[in-house]
Amino acid sequence: MGDCIWREMGLATEEYERILDILGREPNLVELGMFAVMWSEHCSYKNSRAVLGLLPTTGSRVIQGPGENAGVVDIGAGLAVVFKIESHNHPSAVEPYQGAATGVGGIIRDIFTMGARPIALLDALRFGPVSDARSRHLFAQVVAGIAGYGNSIGIPTVGGEVATHESFRESPLVNVMCVGVAPASAIKKAAARGLGNPVMVVGARTGRDGMHGATFASSELSPEAMAKRSAVQVGDPFMEKLLLEACLELYELGDDVVIGIQDMGAAGLTCSSCEMASRGGVGMEIDVAKVPRREKGMTPYEVMLSESQERMLVAVKAGSEPEVERVFRKWGLEATVVGHVTDDGILRIRDGDAVVAEVPAKALADMAPCYTRDASEPEYFRREQARDLADVPEPDDYACALMKLLASPRIASKEWVYSQYDHQVGTNTVVLPGRGTSVVRVPGTNKGLALTCDANSLYCYLDPWAGAAHAVAEAARNVAAAGAEPLGITDCLNFGNPEKPEVFWQFKRAVEGMAEAARALEIPVTGGNVSFYNESSKDGSSTVAVYPTPVVGMVGLIEDLSRVMTPGFKREGDIVAVLGRTRDEIGASEYLAEVHGIEGGPVPVVDLAAERAAIQLTLALIRGGLLSSCHDLSEGGLAVALSEACILGGIGSGIGARVRLPGTMRADRYLFSESGGRMLVSFHPSAASGVQAMAGRHGVPVTVLGEVGGMRLVIDGAGGTGGRARRVVDVPVSELSRVYRGAIAWALES
Amino acid sequence: MRVGVVVFPGSNCDADCYRAIESFGADVKYIWYQDRSLDGYDLVVLPGGFSYGDYLRAGAIARFAPIMDGVVEFAEAGGLVLGICNGFQILLECGLLPGAMLPNVVPRFRCDGVRLRVENAHTPFTCLCHPGQVLSMPIAHAWGNYYADEATLVELERRGQVVFRYVNEEGVPTPEANPNGSCHSIAGITTRRGNVLGMMPHLERACEALLGGTDGRWVFASAFEFLSGGVELGRLHLAGDGPRH
Repeated sequence: MGDCIWREMGLATEEYERILDILGREPNLVELGMFAVMWSEHCSYKNSRAVLGLLPTTGSRVIQGPGENAGVVDIGAGLAVVFKIESHNHPSAVEPYQGAATGVGGIIRDIFTMGARPIALLDALRFGPVSDARSRHLFAQVVAGIAGYGNSIGIPTVGGEVATHESFRESPLVNVMCVGVAPASAIKKAAARGLGNPVMVVGARTGRDGMHGATFASSELSPEAMAKRSAVQVGDPFMEKLLLEACLELYELGDDVVIGIQDMGAAGLTCSSCEMASRGGVGMEIDVAKVPRREKGMTPYEVMLSESQERMLVAVKAGSEPEVERVFRKWGLEATVVGHVTDDGILRIRDGDAVVAEVPAKALADMAPCYTRDASEPEYFRREQARDLADVPEPDDYACALMKLLASPRIASKEWVYSQYDHQVGTNTVVLPGRGTSVVRVPGTNKGLALTCDANSLYCYLDPWAGAAHAVAEAARNVAAAGAEPLGITDCLNFGNPEKPEVFWQFKRAVEGMAEAARALEIPVTGGNVSFYNESSKDGSSTVAVYPTPVVGMVGLIEDLSRVMTPGFKREGDIVAVLGRTRDEIGASEYLAEVHGIEGGPVPVVDLAAERAAIQLTLALIRGGLLSSCHDLSEGGLAVALSEACILGGIGSGIGARVRLPGTMRADRYLFSESGGRMLVSFHPSAASGVQAMAGRHGVPVTVLGEVGGMRLVIDGAGGTGGRARRVVDVPVSELSRVYRGAIAWALES
Repeated sequence: MRVGVVVFPGSNCDADCYRAIESFGADVKYIWYQDRSLDGYDLVVLPGGFSYGDYLRAGAIARFAPIMDGVVEFAEAGGLVLGICNGFQILLECGLLPGAMLPNVVPRFRCDGVRLRVENAHTPFTCLCHPGQVLSMPIAHAWGNYYADEATLVELERRGQVVFRYVNEEGVPTPEANPNGSCHSIAGITTRRGNVLGMMPHLERACEALLGGTDGRWVFASAFEFLSGGVELGRLHLAGDGPRH
């Protein structure tokens, strides 16, 4: 075999040697291609598996942890929620519309493959600065691609997050999360079983699109890689809508008709066949000549590696083929028997009579090498930890500082984004995007799911351990602020090249932080996705890695939707208070970056016991009916949370608040500190003693700040001992709202 | 009361319409696009979505679906037909309603809350409303920019066929309150007889307080009231030429 072929396919020499050992011979080209995609980082997690083992994956509600197409958690009443997040970063860098669209298509298939009807989508996005024309183009096209696919297929996009930073200029991040609901007893698995059971390809025909997409996603983005446009697939949401409905109808034929089902995403037919065989401990024989094609003259190699979208591989009970075909025909789709289950553990690929590949299924699916890469602490880490921020001056104009924060892309209203998504189709969206943590009703019940995805890339760069722990805590606070008990995490770990010791250190520390927080808050991680090689070079210069971004997707359960909570202030005269302790810590804050131009300093202290107490107190207060509003404190601290509570308050037109900062901390420190474990709440004066008592029992400090009222946000600084309070902010809510709502549209369109 | 919700391949608001109508206690059934007959139905709903993917022009292929022969026949016989969003686009494409849809004037999909003013309360779909009543409901479309030539618009206005217009908080149609650039701020129109209504806003999404509003119920409730014979519509549609409101 030619000397460089495996290297061109992305395999290392020692990996090729391992293949020789497994097979006891040289692989042919088809086999080599199959190994190359299955042993890519994207499919095998060879660089991450060892570290991912740290994450807690079990819990009393977990029905399915990592290892299947999606995680599954019990929500009672015989129902289960199925959810997963996945990245489509590399394709989106090359072809933003289709890259994002097929990312949506792929994650939706993961959910209905499990037997669930998808009911919500979220997305976490990162782009370069909006001052850069190409970043604006990527931003707009990615949003259009998500909208184009999600709107057409009719699954509401209910939430997500967007942030911009220089490190994402050439390597945007596009992470998409999908959530579905199914009867707990009807969850489908992706394992083939039963000697002789037929294996069918259903859905779209196979073409030459997306060849080697998985390998493409496992390397840095270079000008040469950018030329691999054929590695980007093209999405057809209409086809997927038909496939979705047909599959859900197929499941209704009876529990025993579908033996196993897996979508054909990365590595197409190769991945789905070997993984289904390997999971079931069986072999499989596939005849590529029987696979319906949309192009003439495709070779077995091309059929096995195509990443054409909107296809599934299904193992069905022998004899049920006519029923299966009938369902797919009703929806205008093909269902074609292409092979059958065998008992020898071998994935055997035929092209008519000729055997073109013969490989142990386990070798492809489970025997990729596992690397523990070298990790070394980057030199900036300790420097930023030790950075002294005592000299950072107080702003001359607090209102101006606040406006800057409200206009920053990370904080500003994402209305420009979510108004392009159909967020109400399905008539289950209870809390719309932009109005608080997104809440969808569990169809046919009075239960709700609070959904969020969170990560602060700057935190994770400065201190990956603390950053990832904060991401878990923030997601949990978001969910709890809606009145939901956190159920589970799906994580999307976006990093640079893991072969670089500093990047691998970031990865390892982030997973450790995520694991510790998930354990402390007792929220299992039921699955996720790792995306490495988010690095790019321009014109041959050295590559730039993205800021490490471990996105935490979280699902929380609201047992009674009449108790759903939102962040906006509700009534004149309600008391405004903060739950939890505010520390003098402005390191890594949005305030420091936006107002003082410093992206650095120590990340806020991680206090998981305090997080846990704040979350439990919040849930108890909401369930007890004591609160009028609840808003978690994160980027921008108290000042931004107060502004949002005013902007989103009243009956749509906003409502004001008058607060006075307590204690002796300098006003900017108190207002903009991003200390964790805090909630901004409001409640009727008659509830005050109840709130205090409950907070006391949970050991969470309550600081009363003022009251709701008027149409201005008025903030007085601390008076000190006997001193007069100094008014630091006095702005009409309409003005806050104008800046907050208009900033992104203005940045993208002017 | 028998209501049919047509399911085209790519319809995605069919189940939403089904549940909204079911909440009125009506007997509601899905009608597969390959069926032809609408015998026995009192109201037929063409739901929103992306029929056939709408890769061409919204509704351009759905109009050729077998069921559309039945819909046209049903409408011509005076049956009540309600087209919502993609359903409205299909009604335009098949010629039951005049005019056409253009891409939104800001050429993007837009999902948002809008206000509609009831311009004609003498239709089967608005008979419980009072003229000038303002209803809140969501829109979600990329092709909702209603267009017709001037003569058609004059005729639509003169005959009271403009049923809903986009308005602001004060109930005034302004360019800012028009979410897609529609001519005359038109959000919904009927046939001259008033028995076929096409509208862009998703009334089925505004039928439950939990989901943010119940103004969509006015339209469904009106249709059921009309069908049960509880309303005298007066001269407008019987004469085919009535006053404007």
